[in-house]
Amino acid sequence: MKKEERLPAGAHFIMGNIALAEGAIAAGCNFVSGYPITPASEIVNRLSVLLPGAGGGFLQTEDEISAICAAIGASWAGCKAMTATSGPGFSLMQENIGFAVATETPLVIVDVQRLGPSTGVPSVGVAGDVIQAARGSHGDYQIIALSPESPQEMFDMTIRAFNLAETYRVPVFILADAFIGHMREQVVIPAQDNVSLLNRKIPAPGTDPMSRQDFLDPAVAPMPVFGRGLKAHVTSSCHDKNGMRNLSDPASMHAFIMKPIEKILTQRDRIVETESDYRSGDTLLVSYGTVSRSAKAALAKGRAAGFKIGLLRLKTIWPFASKEIEAAAQKVKRMVVLENNTGQLFPYIKADAAAYCRVDFMGPRILGQIPDPDDVLKYIQETT
Amino acid sequence: MDAIEHPLRKYTRPHVTRTTTCPGCGNGIVAQAILRAIDELGLEMDDFVFVSGIGCSAWIPSPLFAADTLHTTHGRPVAFATGVKLGRPDMNVMVVSGDGDLTAIGGNHLIHAARKNIDLTVVLVNNGIYGMTGGQTAPTTPLGLTTITSPYGTMEHPLDISATIVAAGAPFVARWTTAHPRQLTRSIKKGLQKKGFAMIEAISQCPVQFGRVSKLGKATDFLQHYKKNSISFSKASGLSREELAGRIVIGEFVDIEKPELSSQWMDLKHQMGQEAQCHNKQ
Repeated sequence: MKKEERLPAGAHFIMGNIALAEGAIAAGCNFVSGYPITPASEIVNRLSVLLPGAGGGFLQTEDEISAICAAIGASWAGCKAMTATSGPGFSLMQENIGFAVATETPLVIVDVQRLGPSTGVPSVGVAGDVIQAARGSHGDYQIIALSPESPQEMFDMTIRAFNLAETYRVPVFILADAFIGHMREQVVIPAQDNVSLLNRKIPAPGTDPMSRQDFLDPAVAPMPVFGRGLKAHVTSSCHDKNGMRNLSDPASMHAFIMKPIEKILTQRDRIVETESDYRSGDTLLVSYGTVSRSAKAALAKGRAAGFKIGLLRLKTIWPFASKEIEAAAQKVKRMVVLENNTGQLFPYIKADAAAYCRVDFMGPRILGQIPDPDDVLKYIQETT
Repeated sequence: MDAIEHPLRKYTRPHVTRTTTCPGCGNGIVAQAILRAIDELGLEMDDFVFVSGIGCSAWIPSPLFAADTLHTTHGRPVAFATGVKLGRPDMNVMVVSGDGDLTAIGGNHLIHAARKNIDLTVVLVNNGIYGMTGGQTAPTTPLGLTTITSPYGTMEHPLDISATIVAAGAPFVARWTTAHPRQLTRSIKKGLQKKGFAMIEAISQCPVQFGRVSKLGKATDFLQHYKKNSISFSKASGLSREELAGRIVIGEFVDIEKPELSSQWMDLKHQMGQEAQCHNKQ
């Protein structure tokens, strides 16, 4: 049998979805479950070829619900697990995304967003699931979501996503879209020795489960993975720090919700990444994902034409970059928010910035069409 | 005098001293059948992962059993268990859940796990009703029975889940009632030893919810009803549909060998020159 090899270190001209699949292998991913859906299919297609030779397993499931469930089960069995889907599949996964949050399961969930709602347009990328990623399941929780802007970042951010998932025992989202998923660009793949990988901590076997603190630890408790004699009791129902179900004690209920939230929020400085290039008094273009490419082009063109213009790109969408936005708002004259949707993050940005500067939203003229950089500059001129 | 300890107590978590099960419920009989099967086979609890969903019988292993237990969302335990088994093919992965969980919301997962023939042992506790939510109609509720959500009598035909899973290709399917604890234990043992998907349906009494609407009475009346109305698979095959009305067909419906999914994955990885287990070594 011919063993399909991953791409060697070096520069390659590849599609974003393929770069993501290569990134997953580089990150040590060894379990992927998925259900075919456009525009995410190339990810699982590629991984179904690569995984057996990389010591991993691939499962094509009967639906997206079983895809996320199997990935969570595999993570508890000790695998670095991932699933990849697009809008409608992401909606189907939401209940069990909540399960992964409640049980503190390391997992990578890729959503190659497409135009929605409902079946929408599979081939057109709209960043329509940005809020759903953070608020789609029932109840209160925090997640980590990364927003790549290029095929190179599809590779790099996938490695980061696995490392974050393992470090904090949380599901981590990659919110790509159809444009980046299908875009072909140069991707530089590093030598495997230069890829730094992090693994979850596992408690020592033999300890009494009732004396271990396996859950609800903002400093991230070791994870009692299955098959190591740890007698883990894992439930998504309200549980205490030993994992034992408790549906009556108000202190347990409070801890069950708040501790996993604190776990992410107290570490936000290590998690949140932004890219910024602005000076005092600028008009600041705030963007993320595909549309930030247009913002960057507008920045270069605008500066050459004498515009006082700057850029802030959110590489991490969740936890939200409130601190960075507030700091920028105190220096600039005005923020222009560019999003590839009808303004999903705009209210969040406005809430952090409006006390210090003017905040405007420049939506796409036609949804699914990335604004022309000239259009961005024209908008700035006309609305100043 | 020292208190006498139940011989199966060693398989349960020391701190769990009570269950949520109602008096007279069949869950205790099913729990004992499972633990006795493990005991008689000489298996170690550390080699088990028990996966359950939502509903009364999903609480049989979780938190009671002293092993790795995964208590999942409604209807999804088979999907979770599939990931666990592919991640740790060397573990015994057992799903314990009810008819509402596994045949209604989770019916699709059950069918496909049987079709894929992944090595899970599914103990499906069928009490014919939604017990935990107060006695609503289940896919397994007998035709015409008046329940909370079929106040004029259910007009839907019940699902024969064992027949469905046989048709889906499972290599081992058996059905017993809680009035047949020895046979139930024997089939669970066979299911555990079967390298492949095995489902053991346990028809079980719910004297509180099902008993209230069916007027079947106390737990003992249920057990007598099960004994009187059960008919073996071999005897039933000669009878007409009319003759079988109201009867519970019991026995081992299928017991064959066929290639299993997790071991095929191990073989494939082995052929690729990789370590056979998807398992992060620390």
